[in-house]
Amino acid sequence: MINFKEDRSQFPEKNPDGTFKIDLASHKFSHIWQGPQHPGITGNMSLELIIQGDEVMSCKTHVGYLHRGFEKLMERRKYIQCFPLVCRICVPEPDFNEHCFATAVEELAGITVPEKALWLRTLTLEMARTASYLMWFGGAAGSLGMGIIGQWTNYLRDYILDRFEELTGGRIYHMYILPGGVRNDLPVGFKERLLDNLKDIEQVMKDVDNALFTNAVFKKRTVGLGYIDPSWIEPFGITGPNARAAGIPLDVRKDAPYLKYDELDFEPVTGKDSDAFTRADVRRRDLLMSVDLIRQILDKIPQNGEFIAKLPNVLNWEIPKGETYVKSECTRGEYGYYMVSDGSMYPRRINVRGPSYTHAVALMEKLAIGVNIADTAALMVSLHTYPPEIER
Amino acid sequence: MNNIFKQLETLFAVSDFEPKREKLAFLTVEKRHLVSALKFAKDNLGFGHLILITAVDWLENGFFQITYLIKNNSNQFELGFKVFVPRNEPVMESVHDLWKAAATYQRELKEMFGIDFPGSPGVDESFILEGWHDIPPYRRDFDTKKYSEETYFPRPGRVTHDPEEHMKKKLYPQREG
Repeated sequence: MINFKEDRSQFPEKNPDGTFKIDLASHKFSHIWQGPQHPGITGNMSLELIIQGDEVMSCKTHVGYLHRGFEKLMERRKYIQCFPLVCRICVPEPDFNEHCFATAVEELAGITVPEKALWLRTLTLEMARTASYLMWFGGAAGSLGMGIIGQWTNYLRDYILDRFEELTGGRIYHMYILPGGVRNDLPVGFKERLLDNLKDIEQVMKDVDNALFTNAVFKKRTVGLGYIDPSWIEPFGITGPNARAAGIPLDVRKDAPYLKYDELDFEPVTGKDSDAFTRADVRRRDLLMSVDLIRQILDKIPQNGEFIAKLPNVLNWEIPKGETYVKSECTRGEYGYYMVSDGSMYPRRINVRGPSYTHAVALMEKLAIGVNIADTAALMVSLHTYPPEIER
Repeated sequence: MNNIFKQLETLFAVSDFEPKREKLAFLTVEKRHLVSALKFAKDNLGFGHLILITAVDWLENGFFQITYLIKNNSNQFELGFKVFVPRNEPVMESVHDLWKAAATYQRELKEMFGIDFPGSPGVDESFILEGWHDIPPYRRDFDTKKYSEETYFPRPGRVTHDPEEHMKKKLYPQREG
């Protein structure tokens, strides 16, 4: 048996500043593209890689395949016309867009939202989180060749989508949280059906735990992959599970409670090893916590009461001059809307701050260096990247 | 929040303090003081997290407003620094050495608003719009309708009917003539 000991001190050669010496003309390197149909993401994005053997020497991200100009479109629409538009920015969990947009408008216009609507909003946000995590597990397992786990979890996600369909009429885009409240009350028997689904989720998540987290291949490929040092959290603007897996308990739900999160009992889930495996584990536990939160919400949600405030004529609605920033915790981290009003019927500027903006560009380009080319998809999945929120 | 504002006011002549919520406030700072004010807030006041950098085009007043929103992760205070740069000379100092993530925001602002950040890594490379030759599209004077009419053309063979006339002909063909 050949015992090959690699000597990484000499090769690849490095520049004095620590970067790799890349000379494409030497024929020792290959310049390849991964994407835009990339296995590591929901959406389209490219990685321009320079590899040597099967190791990534340099990575450059390219976005722009999904730019639909939402921020510009919103400047030409009245506030209520923006409401069905914002959810389309993010496919797997549109409700966070609806919540941030509606709350920003309410804050600028000075509208008080009824108590029941706040509970219903909290419920839909947690349901969206559950659905998004379940979809993420499909991607995470699929990028490492375990497609069957994706089928289990997407099957469960479909249950949550069924409940969304019952509540809002839409499976993917719900257009449920509108400025002033929500569109509808809970249907009869909704609580029981949702509780049944939660039981199923917990049952299948046990199987996922057994099949994925104790799987030798999954462990071998994800332990140590994409290590994020806790000291990078602030310079790179890392939030959400990526920060929590590094032991930094950043969770907007706890740090700056919005809606009804201050009345719910939970602690942010954290990890300590900060690699792809820990991030997956943090997401698994966060999903189970979300299931628990939904149960708490269903117990506390008031039976009676208004679910929408009295609004002025929304087609001639002039929002007072001002600006605000509203944020919420989505599955990837801090999701925020910066809204500027000039006192007219149209928003002056709306800027969407998606967590992937920092995770998928600056951080990804740093983490990809030295990774095996087969693991780049797993690395992107572990950062939970959604290109639509980079481009808006 | 008021203490923070007073400190910044004495050191960097910030003005127009607007508290929005208990933990969110906006203030205006002069262009020449911006980077030192941000550095002070980051190093001495604990505002280590850059939430976003974005711009607002005030076309009628002839300036861009650039907003730097930063956060203190320990007490959750959020501070928005607003700086105004003239539209005819849209140049701003880069803050990429304070936050690594800032380079991406600055690259996008260069592309979408045409605000230059000299020295910011990759600021001249296209970010989202590859091969764009028109004026930066997020400026208020960019006419989306005119652009689409000039760039795209109707597919040959497609005609537009007057709905009323068309339905009349379709439903009651015998009444024709």
